[in-house]
Amino acid sequence: MLKLTDVSKIFDPGTITEKQALTDINLELEDGDFVTVIGGNGAGKSTLLNLIAGVRFSDTGSIVLDGMNLTGLKEHVRARYMGRVFQDPMMGTAANMEIEENLAMAMRRGEKRRLRWGILPSERALYKERLSMLDLGLENRMRNKVGLLSGGQRQALTLLMATLKKPKLLLLDEHTAALDPKTAKKVLELTETIITRDHLTTFMVTHNMRDAIRYGNRLIMMNEGRIVYDVKGEEKKNLQVSDLLKKFEIVSGEGFANDRMLLS
Amino acid sequence: MGILLAMQGAVAQGVLWSVMTLGVLLTFRILNIADLTVDGSFATGGAVTAVFIVHGCNPYFSLFLAFAAGTLTGLCTGLLHTKLKIHEILAGILTMIALYSINIRIMGKANTPLLGVTTAMAQLQKAFSLSPNVSSLLTGIVFSVIIIVLIYWFFGTEIGSAIRATGNNEHMVRALGVDTDTMKILGLMISNGLVALSGALVAQSQGYADVGMGTGTIVIGLASIIIGEVVRAKHASFGAYLVSVVLGSVIYRIIIAVVLQLGLKSTDLKLLTAIIVAASLAVPVLKSQMPQKHAVAVAAVKSGDDK
Repeated sequence: MLKLTDVSKIFDPGTITEKQALTDINLELEDGDFVTVIGGNGAGKSTLLNLIAGVRFSDTGSIVLDGMNLTGLKEHVRARYMGRVFQDPMMGTAANMEIEENLAMAMRRGEKRRLRWGILPSERALYKERLSMLDLGLENRMRNKVGLLSGGQRQALTLLMATLKKPKLLLLDEHTAALDPKTAKKVLELTETIITRDHLTTFMVTHNMRDAIRYGNRLIMMNEGRIVYDVKGEEKKNLQVSDLLKKFEIVSGEGFANDRMLLS
Repeated sequence: MGILLAMQGAVAQGVLWSVMTLGVLLTFRILNIADLTVDGSFATGGAVTAVFIVHGCNPYFSLFLAFAAGTLTGLCTGLLHTKLKIHEILAGILTMIALYSINIRIMGKANTPLLGVTTAMAQLQKAFSLSPNVSSLLTGIVFSVIIIVLIYWFFGTEIGSAIRATGNNEHMVRALGVDTDTMKILGLMISNGLVALSGALVAQSQGYADVGMGTGTIVIGLASIIIGEVVRAKHASFGAYLVSVVLGSVIYRIIIAVVLQLGLKSTDLKLLTAIIVAASLAVPVLKSQMPQKHAVAVAAVKSGDDK
């Protein structure tokens, strides 16, 4: 479904802050794969996601989705095929617009915008039904401004928006990192429900090892811009946090310096 | 009697300038861009309409041409800002400065009188034997009503929604497959088109176009918007918001007329306008620094309860 070939990225080449962010990444996702991606700070996991999304362009290599070469396409063009949820709950929704207006924009993801009315009465029933699935009572607040919602509510809404029109690829960039543990769990469960229901190919970056193990059918560990561990199927199911820690020590030659990953 | 006539003139001017205010509203409040192009594009509108009328063009068609010329000035600022990544303020200033030369080129000189030629207001005046002020007022009302209806409709469409969202959250808009550069350029074009249309209406009403007629337009627009936001009802709909901005423009002109009657010189007006805008932008900031007092009071009451 998604095929990355020899993808590399250098930040600030030729300057004192030059950093090799990604080195020759080769990765192939099957249709329906739910991949979790972990790694320490600066491992390149978010950079990789941003290259796939087209926020940045890769220096070398190619990115092919479902037979289409995306490598040179701009972010808004690729958006036709991808749903995205960001780490920052504020980034996925427009605060000054109503809930239903946000949904209507998501419903038209990748379509040419015209001078047709921005939201049709017939769409509202669908939005109401989808919102009620979130179990947050938002289905009765469809004319409210999104700015009135909490971070967790906005993130759940963003998730709904990213999948409202079925994407070929769902990109989740630490989308529960900014939420409290209880809300994070709820949003993650919702994520899994939607992914299973729609059979979505998913690329989920996370810093939480337990989540990385619990969710998805495949796990990738990154370190210093390379994929250092790739596990799926039965082997992934039986994975323990201690296994991951050991693995990390071997590849990085050091203990887990990142408290965030240990504590959560 | 003098003040009454001055008021009549002020209201007419306010309505004609309100078209500009609506244009500034699109960039400043909806796209979240402070666009300084308007000081130039306002005069461009005046220059274009004056030159075409002098050459025998229908005054209404010349208004359309002025609008079109305004959209080109917005296109220029938009391309500088989005494609060449020049800061929005600087991009606007560059276009504005360039327009000074261009406006003189359009007119061939620094100003073009419209005496003895048929303007839209003059036609109306003759047809219904109205006073100059009343015909300007009627023309202004017709245009501002039409434009409010068009803006209200446009921002309800898919493209309009995408422009609103661009001013709100660019990341989201790109993630939903819309080119934010295009939306900004489109917004700047429509905005400057309206500003130029307003400049053209004002030029026809006052009987001349002048290369300096746009100086301070952005500040006048902001003052009108802010006054409009003060007078509008809380939780007003978008349509009511647009109407209140037109009212803001009229109130601004009335304030100006009053202080002129009180003996201020017309050259003092720019200072006054700047003070109005600075003060109204400052009030919310100063207010937000205040609630300390309230918090302290609440804390005091709470600690009292504990005892």
